Amino acid sequence: MSEPRTAFDSFVDALAAGEGYFLECSNGHASLPPRHVCPDCGDASLERRSLPERGEVESHTIIRVPAPQFEADAPYPLAIASFGPVRLTGRLENVDPDGGDVEVGLPVAVDVRETDDHRFVVFTPQ
Amino acid sequence: MTSVRIAGVGMTPFDSHPERTGRELFGSASNEAIDDSNVPRGDIDALFYGNFMGAFAEGQNHQGPLMADAAGLSVPATRFESACTSSGVAVREAVSKIRGGEADVLLVGGMERMTNEPTSFVTEALATAGDELYEGRAGMTFPGAYALMANAYFAEHGATRADLAEIAVKNHAHALENELAQYQREISVDDVLEAPLVADPIGVYDASPITDGASAAVLVSDEYARERDLDAPVSITGTGQGTDQLALQDRASLTRTPAAERAAEEAYADASIGPDDVDLAEVHDCFTIAEVLALESLGFYDRGTGYQAARDGETTRDGDLPVNLSGGLKAKGHPVGATGTAQIVELTKLLRGDHVNSDAVSDAETAITHNAGGTVASVTVHVLEVVA
Repeated sequence: MSEPRTAFDSFVDALAAGEGYFLECSNGHASLPPRHVCPDCGDASLERRSLPERGEVESHTIIRVPAPQFEADAPYPLAIASFGPVRLTGRLENVDPDGGDVEVGLPVAVDVRETDDHRFVVFTPQ
Repeated sequence: MTSVRIAGVGMTPFDSHPERTGRELFGSASNEAIDDSNVPRGDIDALFYGNFMGAFAEGQNHQGPLMADAAGLSVPATRFESACTSSGVAVREAVSKIRGGEADVLLVGGMERMTNEPTSFVTEALATAGDELYEGRAGMTFPGAYALMANAYFAEHGATRADLAEIAVKNHAHALENELAQYQREISVDDVLEAPLVADPIGVYDASPITDGASAAVLVSDEYARERDLDAPVSITGTGQGTDQLALQDRASLTRTPAAERAAEEAYADASIGPDDVDLAEVHDCFTIAEVLALESLGFYDRGTGYQAARDGETTRDGDLPVNLSGGLKAKGHPVGATGTAQIVELTKLLRGDHVNSDAVSDAETAITHNAGGTVASVTVHVLEVVA
């Protein structure tokens, strides 16, 4: 396997290895890769900073009507969680499939799951 | 500022049209608009056309020339793509071109064909209006994104599914007599609450349907309208556009749509009016929560209170500010690339007095459109006024 790896692939690799990061410009604005410049101010000096280990669910849903490539997974809970100054979108694992035990503010950790066809971000309650 | 007159409008019924390809739909809508305008075809300088998912639905990109041909025109023709505000952007660009004196007569419009594909396929196509890397790969869908906005709004402001249901009920009630609307039937709050969920808390009846349709308008300069003595009493007096980060996760707030706030601010300033001057609005209610966010970003309601508007009867037909008298995207239907111009078509008729619901707003002089793409990462807002 020698498929070209994009900057996004490398970012997901890092999340999977427990070495997640975000980018910070010299004015302190946070963003996620791939970036050439800071989306807030255009600063081209972007440094990697470690992603906090613990995040917090900001909102959640259950996808019941998915796109065809995810039909086998449905229904699945999906959330946006904040990790310090950035947010990620991912599936929720180890929760009630009907989402009954998920609330805004739920503490989560981030990981990555891989199936035959795709790789995606997951959140696990802490 | 020079105003731009709406000389004529046209629109196919919004529905399922399995027997009509995209070019037939747009040919019909554009022909109706040109007939309605009394403008000779030969005076039309160019076509500004919106379409979102033609490559998915009909294997057809490069629709500008195709649709000029369908409209019986041999003029420069350009397709605009900004998800669900594709034709809203086309209208804005046309307004700018006429104001700048580069054109006197422009045909604007949009078309989308969607029902010829299964729902899962349309779900995939619509999801491409979001961020492919961060949202699409996680399995985010378009209803899913709005569901995340709705749940965040519920947590922040205490609104409920029943509050949102009132919006669907209202918009269905508005569409009862609108023969161009996909759904002309009444629904109840219970119908909305008991419908299957698409992405919690959004149910089937919180969502606009999958629709085929086309819409078009002929826009002319004030000067051209005067010289030709056209009967064109409605003008576009203000235009605004806003952009936000594509992915919901990158926004400062999940419960605000600053791109719409900026578009509205620009359009109000352009028309020298404010929210208090607006008599009626057509807003982008692709999901019930979207109408709430639209009302707040247009300045009609304070943050966290827009969900009460339909429930309290303020945005219904008999309310102070009727919203989506056409039935909105919810009941009129939402062929995405046609929706922006369809809002212009409906408001023009409502203000001219030849809409089935015109009697509800017989004294109205000022109206506004709010047309959003993706999770409000692109927005166009237009102010329409009766000027003669």
